[in-house]
Amino acid sequence: MSSDATVARPIAARRVPPLGGFNVTFLGIEVRRLLRNRRTVVFSVVLPVVFYLLFRNPSRRGGSTIEGAHVDAFVMVSLGVYGAIAASTSAGAMVAVERALGWSRQLRVTPLRPLAYMAIKVLTAMVLGALSVVVVFVAGAVTGVSMSASVWILSGLLAWCAALVFASFGVLMGYLLPSENVMQYLGPLTTLAAFFGGVLVPLTVLGATFQNIAQYTPAWGIGQIAHAPLVGSGYSAGAIANLLGWTAAFVLGAALLFRRDTQRV
Amino acid sequence: MATAAVAATGLHKSFGPVRAVDGIDMRIEPGEIVALLGPNGAGKTTTIEMILGLSHPDRGSVAVCGMSPGEAIRQGLVAAVMQTGGLLKDLTVAETVRLTASLFVQTRSVDEAMRRAGIADIADRMVGRCSGGQQQRLRFAMALLPDPELMILDEPTAGMDVQGRREFWTAIRQDADRGGTVLFATHYLEEADAYADRVILLRQGRIVADGTPGEIRGLAAGRTLRAVLPGADRAALAALPGVRSVEIRGDQVLIQATDSDAVARHLLTTTAARDVEITAHNLEDAFIELTADDATSVAVAS
Repeated sequence: MSSDATVARPIAARRVPPLGGFNVTFLGIEVRRLLRNRRTVVFSVVLPVVFYLLFRNPSRRGGSTIEGAHVDAFVMVSLGVYGAIAASTSAGAMVAVERALGWSRQLRVTPLRPLAYMAIKVLTAMVLGALSVVVVFVAGAVTGVSMSASVWILSGLLAWCAALVFASFGVLMGYLLPSENVMQYLGPLTTLAAFFGGVLVPLTVLGATFQNIAQYTPAWGIGQIAHAPLVGSGYSAGAIANLLGWTAAFVLGAALLFRRDTQRV
Repeated sequence: MATAAVAATGLHKSFGPVRAVDGIDMRIEPGEIVALLGPNGAGKTTTIEMILGLSHPDRGSVAVCGMSPGEAIRQGLVAAVMQTGGLLKDLTVAETVRLTASLFVQTRSVDEAMRRAGIADIADRMVGRCSGGQQQRLRFAMALLPDPELMILDEPTAGMDVQGRREFWTAIRQDADRGGTVLFATHYLEEADAYADRVILLRQGRIVADGTPGEIRGLAAGRTLRAVLPGADRAALAALPGVRSVEIRGDQVLIQATDSDAVARHLLTTTAARDVEITAHNLEDAFIELTADDATSVAVAS
């Protein structure tokens, strides 16, 4: 045996990575990997633009309004929110795939801490969400939407906030649905949430009953808030409560399932 | 005494009524190459999971490099090649290694790890398009990155062809010759024999033999003599050269011996033994015998 000739080296302690292993190389590779997934890109970046182009109203430029705002601008903000929701949900739900493939387990034999992993997942979702909002807003600018600079920036940022809420939702679903095909469920689910939350269509086209129910669905709060700068309505307490409530629920749910998963033996 | 690479005492782990690991003590010194050999269900993977901190023992404790398994992993002192899965299909080989490297403070270069593992030529291939053997070498490259003190491999060559296995082990030995410790689980007897300095044989969650491959082979390569010998003198028989064990069942004696001729000559010339029967068994037989459900423990000095 050749090891007879080798000299065992004494074991010396080493340093532990800062931030639990969180780093930008990891984040960059994760984002690239997400963008490589054609279904995710179509669903979260292409589809919102296509919806925008379908729903906007080019024939009556300057004429038609929703809640006092130009139709195109209103629809653009709506689909920015929708895009952020779709993008962040699908990105967050990648944990389902990673668990199914045993990748999460592999990461547990590296110095990466569970919280750093979660931070990377959420940030990756936020990056895709930002991309989705930017693409819809660029489409809006190209098709002649005009808003003041502050409204452009503010509604863009607020639409992006939807990603923060729904990244947790995606992670939550990723733990609940341990499947490689988790997006087959989440695609329709997020579209429904956006529809009944008044994000895909103005609530006014729905009946009174639906309008009441809508206020309790997870996309409604952020939809209202993101449109506020454009329609000049201010931020209603109901919308803020809805946003905070659902965010808390999703984060809490995701944290609980995540904890259960990392402690699973 | 220097810090042990692995020091496990009284490990127990049950899954419901199944005692996967039923009292394992083991100490692995730095620089040893140890095979954990046993059939499926002997407790190899469960033992490895506890050493890696992926699962907690019901009873007993394990220290890795003198610290808890989790801390040893965070310091990059331990790296593991798992049995299956654990790879993302939509990353390239190089991206997977680069991502893993980003998690360690002290790491070899990505290129070096890939070269050592023999996957430099497929760096840009998608993991999902790699063969089982290539994926296994990728896992090995990932484990090479931190230049760990202890490398743990769970059935590392499962599903590889003979050539792939040989190449894989050449790479492992090359790395181990630099002084690192290797612990690998296998159910291939030849693999344990060819590549380990020490073999720990597991059966039903317990260690049934622990010794050099030569000693384990010795357990295996002998012959069994069976004879009818009323009133056999157990001590005298056990003292014969090459006798490993003597078992008396009524009028029958069962003698395990490496020099069966000498024992047979003794039995037939100096005792009243009759109906002498000699059966040879090979390594495979011994392995099966040692790990069979009703086998008795065999202790070998290690």
